[in-house]
Amino acid sequence: MTTDLETRNAAPRSDNLDPALFGQTPSQTVGPFFHYGLPWKGGADLVGASEMGARPELFPEAHYILNVSAPKDAPEGEVIALAGCVYDGNGDPVSDAMIEIWQANAAGRYCSADDPREDLAIDPNFTGFGRASTDESGVYRFRTVMPGRVPGPGMTVQAPHIAVSVFGRGVLKRLPTRLYFEGAEGNETDPVLAQVPEERRDTLIARRREDGTWWFDIVIQGERETVFFDL
Amino acid sequence: MPYALEDAGSPPSLVPDYRSTGLRSPSLAPLPLQQTLTETTGPTGCWDQLMGGAMADLTAQHEAPPQGQRIVVSGRVLDDRGRPVPNTVMEIWQANAAGRYIHGKDNWDAPLDPNFTGAGRVITDDQGRYSYTTIRPGAYPWGNHKNAWRPAHIHLSLLGPAFSTRLVTQLYFPDDPLIEIDPIANAVPMPYRNRMVCRFDIATTVPNWALGYLFDVVLKGRDQTPFEDDHHDH
Repeated sequence: MTTDLETRNAAPRSDNLDPALFGQTPSQTVGPFFHYGLPWKGGADLVGASEMGARPELFPEAHYILNVSAPKDAPEGEVIALAGCVYDGNGDPVSDAMIEIWQANAAGRYCSADDPREDLAIDPNFTGFGRASTDESGVYRFRTVMPGRVPGPGMTVQAPHIAVSVFGRGVLKRLPTRLYFEGAEGNETDPVLAQVPEERRDTLIARRREDGTWWFDIVIQGERETVFFDL
Repeated sequence: MPYALEDAGSPPSLVPDYRSTGLRSPSLAPLPLQQTLTETTGPTGCWDQLMGGAMADLTAQHEAPPQGQRIVVSGRVLDDRGRPVPNTVMEIWQANAAGRYIHGKDNWDAPLDPNFTGAGRVITDDQGRYSYTTIRPGAYPWGNHKNAWRPAHIHLSLLGPAFSTRLVTQLYFPDDPLIEIDPIANAVPMPYRNRMVCRFDIATTVPNWALGYLFDVVLKGRDQTPFEDDHHDH
């Protein structure tokens, strides 16, 4: 019994292609060195064409190969600055976290074919996805628009909110959370906030600072730990 | 329709052997969430608007080819019922052949390669297929414990169709003795750890050009509806 040498393959083994192991690919940490590969120029600016989001100071200029977001016209809605600090279980800032956001446009429509509401227009100048990393002081920043309200389960309507993912060295699987806005219409009746124990709801509320920035700290562990969701 | 939750291969957040998880893992269990439009939608089909086009050849980004063993990594992105996930973006980043990252905070004494950045991006086709060309990354020492070495790995980042399907993972290489003593890979219980090990494949190998490896990424799929046939085709 001979096989054609050119097509002879190594013996199959217990690995990614083993049918007996088929299932979700497990999560791993983003590690400490993602800055040259993931956060692109403009990734943190959902409104304009600035270079917000990139960290070119962390590697040689010749190796900044990620694209710059394409220029776009201004999206509809109220432009907001969004920022916060990420803290670890000691209360120390996390200087190598990556934050992603996903939100509806000002009219409450997601830029996605899976949002079936044809009566609400997609804003051609607004995608609703952003990516930023924390700086040396643990702070992340975005520029975006205030999201509109979107439907919740049943006949409910959700308060304006932004879906947030937290990644980082030491974070084996992303931590999904949500950001709401202090004083926004609908917070009291929001179906998701209602599922959060009352004493922890505060951890999901961004507050407006004097300079107008909506500030949202993320506490990964410990006192006033941010509520993370099982997704 | 909501997306599936994690399956048995998912690592816990706290793994004491991986020391950085100590202060970076929530102490409270994650809250169940009835998925809404927010969780079942995602920025699909607009990557060119955000990040620009594909960067599928990591060996052709500079003036000369990088040092190292040229490889082709290809496979499919599927959901957990075996259905292809088309037109979705996979971002990758990695160390060079010596195990050195281009990152300014990587101060390990191994050579940088001016012709290798180690960042790429591919979009799956209508069958969920992807392929990229790179060099095999080297193993890498880290400060987790005395004489700690990360196995050679490529970082992968996928968004998939929805906020719920977001995945960041790492691809490992077969026959690497460092995998079984690596706290990060071992955060995933056996046998599921092996889902992250790619397969050498002679059919993917390009004669006189590059060794070939296969790696399928499986994302969470929508929960099954009673009206659909279940069909695995992998």
